[in-house]
Amino acid sequence: MFSSLQETPPARRSQAVKILVTAKRVEDPESKIKVKPDGTGIVQEGLKYKINPFDEIGVEEGLRLIAKHDPKGEVVVVSIGGKEVQEQLRHALAMGAHRAVWVNHTGPLDQLAIAGLIQKVTEKEKPDLVILGKQSIDDDQNQVGQYLAEFLGWGQATFASKVESLESEAEKNKVPAVTLTADGKAVRVVREVDNGLATVECQLPAVVTTDLRLNQPRYASLPGIMKAKSKPIEELTPAKLGVDVTPTIQVLKLSSPPARKAGIKVPDVATLVDKLHNEAKVV
Amino acid sequence: MEFQLTEDQRALQQAARKYAREVVRPKAAHYDETATFPRDLLQTAFELGLLNMAIPAEYGGVGLSHLDQTIVAEELSWGCAGVATSIIANDLANLPIILHGTEEQKQRLLGHFAERLKFSSFCLTEPEAGSDVASMQTTARREGDEYVINGAKCFITNGGHAEQYTVFATVDKAKKHKGITCFVVEGRPKGLTVSKHENKMGQRASDTVSLTFEDVRVPVKNRIGEEGQGFAVAMATLDNSRPLTAMFSVGIARAALEHSMEYASQRKTFGKPIIEHQAIQFMIADMAMNTHAARMLTYESAWLLDQGQRNTLQSSYAKCFAADMAMKVATDAVQVYGGYGYIKEYPVEKLMRDAKLIQVYEGTSQVQRLVIARELFK
Repeated sequence: MFSSLQETPPARRSQAVKILVTAKRVEDPESKIKVKPDGTGIVQEGLKYKINPFDEIGVEEGLRLIAKHDPKGEVVVVSIGGKEVQEQLRHALAMGAHRAVWVNHTGPLDQLAIAGLIQKVTEKEKPDLVILGKQSIDDDQNQVGQYLAEFLGWGQATFASKVESLESEAEKNKVPAVTLTADGKAVRVVREVDNGLATVECQLPAVVTTDLRLNQPRYASLPGIMKAKSKPIEELTPAKLGVDVTPTIQVLKLSSPPARKAGIKVPDVATLVDKLHNEAKVV
Repeated sequence: MEFQLTEDQRALQQAARKYAREVVRPKAAHYDETATFPRDLLQTAFELGLLNMAIPAEYGGVGLSHLDQTIVAEELSWGCAGVATSIIANDLANLPIILHGTEEQKQRLLGHFAERLKFSSFCLTEPEAGSDVASMQTTARREGDEYVINGAKCFITNGGHAEQYTVFATVDKAKKHKGITCFVVEGRPKGLTVSKHENKMGQRASDTVSLTFEDVRVPVKNRIGEEGQGFAVAMATLDNSRPLTAMFSVGIARAALEHSMEYASQRKTFGKPIIEHQAIQFMIADMAMNTHAARMLTYESAWLLDQGQRNTLQSSYAKCFAADMAMKVATDAVQVYGGYGYIKEYPVEKLMRDAKLIQVYEGTSQVQRLVIARELFK
C-alpha cells in the first residue's frame, strides 16, 4: 500500500521555499486523563484539546526558517482527523502559517497510515522540508517522521535541537539570497542524542522532527487569530489521496497504571538508609 | 439560545489564557509587592493585540465583539486583576471616541494605538465627584477654536504613563449634568500634571494617579460630541465597559476557586484532606456556583450589546453581582487556606485585596443597585 523507496526525490519547486508542518490534535497536557471503565478508550467528556506541543515547535521553526531565508516562502500546515482538527489548523494559521490541508478522517489510525497520508500530501505539495513533532503526547509513538522519510526516500534529521540553515555552509557563504534548487541545498540540523548533540546535514528535500529545546513557539496574537479566519483550508480524504488506512494494529484494551502504594515519612537519615538497605534492598 | 463558544472564541480564550498563565502569573506577585508599572507585561499584551481589542479593525485595532472581549477579560484577570485593569484602561479611554467620535476623530485619535505601545486614560472622577458625576468641578471654557480646561481628576488608571487623555469637564456648572462635555487631550500639554501616585490596597500593578489641569488648551476638533453631551457619552461608555469589569470579578473568583480546590485536596486535618469535610465541600460548591452565575450574567450583558440592544439593566446586574460575588469567593478562599491564606507567600490574600476594588470602581455596588432600581421602576 505504500510506495517503496524512490530512486529520485520528487521534483521540488524551484522558486519559493515551502515547508510542510504537522498539527496533530491532542488532549491538553493539563487535563486529567481517565480510562473508560470498559477499557475501550479514554473518557473524552470535558477534555480540552490543543495542538501537539512538538508540532507547535515545528510550526514555529517553519515560520522562522521562512522569515530568515525567504520571506516569500510558504508554511503549509496539515492535520488528520474529524472536523474538530480545524481548530488546531486555525491555531497554526494564527501563528502565521499560510494555508492548511485537512485530511478528513475519523476513526483509528496507526502510525503507518498517518505516515502514508502525510506522504501523499507531501507528494502533492512538493515542499522543500517537512517538519513534524518528534512524537505526539497522546500515543507517544515517535515513529511518523521516520516512516515518512522512508516512504519518501528522503533524508531525515530527528530530534532537532537546532536547525541551523536551509543551505549548506558553502552555499550560504556564496549567495546571501535563497534560490533553492534540488542540488547543493541542504538543511543542517543539530540533533539531541543520548549523550549530547550530533550535527547532521541532509540534502533537501528532507524530513525533520522537532525536540523540545528547538525553540519557544510564539503566541497566537489576537490579530493573527482574526486573520486566520480568512486563510484557506483545503479538505482531502484518505480516498482522495489513495491511501488505505485500515489499521494494521489493534488496541485490545486500555487500563490505568497500577495505583502506587502510599509512601511513608521517615524521621531521620539513619532510618532512611536502614530501610533502603534492608527493605528496598537498593543500597 | 446557544451557550457554546465558537471556535474563534475558544482560540481567543486560549491565546489570552496562555498570556495570563505564562506571562502574567509568574510576575504578578512581584508587581503587586513593588506596585510598579508592569511595562514589560503590557508590551507583550500590545504585541498580542490584547491592549486595543475594542478598537475597530479599520483603525488598526482587533475589533472584537463585546462577548469576545469579556471572554478575554476573564483570562486576563485570572492572571492578575491589576494587569488586566492596566490593559483595559486603554479601551475604556478610547470607547468615547469609538462610540461618539467622528470619522476624522477616529482616524486621528485611534489609529496610532496600533503602531506602538501607548496608553490613554479615562478622566471622569474628581476628588469631590465620583458616583455623583453631575457635581463635576472641572471646567472647560471656550476661547476661539480652543477650550481651556481647569480642575482636578483623581483615581485615574494609567494616568502617569498615558499619552492621551479622555477628559470630562463642564462648560456650565449651573447646568449640572447637562453642562458636561467630553474632550480628548493629546500628549502631555503644558498645564497637565500628575500630582499623586496612589498607594493602593489591591490591584497594585495598575498605575492610579491624580491629575491637575491648569489652563490646558484643547482644540475644538478634539471635542467628542456636542457641548453638554458628555454625560451621555460617559454613561454609554460605562454601559459598554461594565461587562468587562464584571468579568474581572469572574477571573478573580475562578483563580480563588482553583487555588482553593488544589489546596483543599492536599491539606489534611483530622486525618483526611479538608476537601473531604462537608463544610469545605459546601464552600467550594458555592464558590463554583456563584462564579459561573456571574459569568453567565456577564455573557448576557455583553451579548445584548452585540445585538445592538441597550444593556444598562443587565450590565448593572452583572457588575454588581459579580463584584460582590468575587469579594465573597476571595474571602472564602483565604478561609479555606486558613492561616496560610493570610500570608503573602500564598496567592489568595492578593485576590481578596484585588476583588475589593471591583465593588468600587466604574460604579460602586450601591450605584449599580440605584441604576437597577431606576431601570425597574421606569
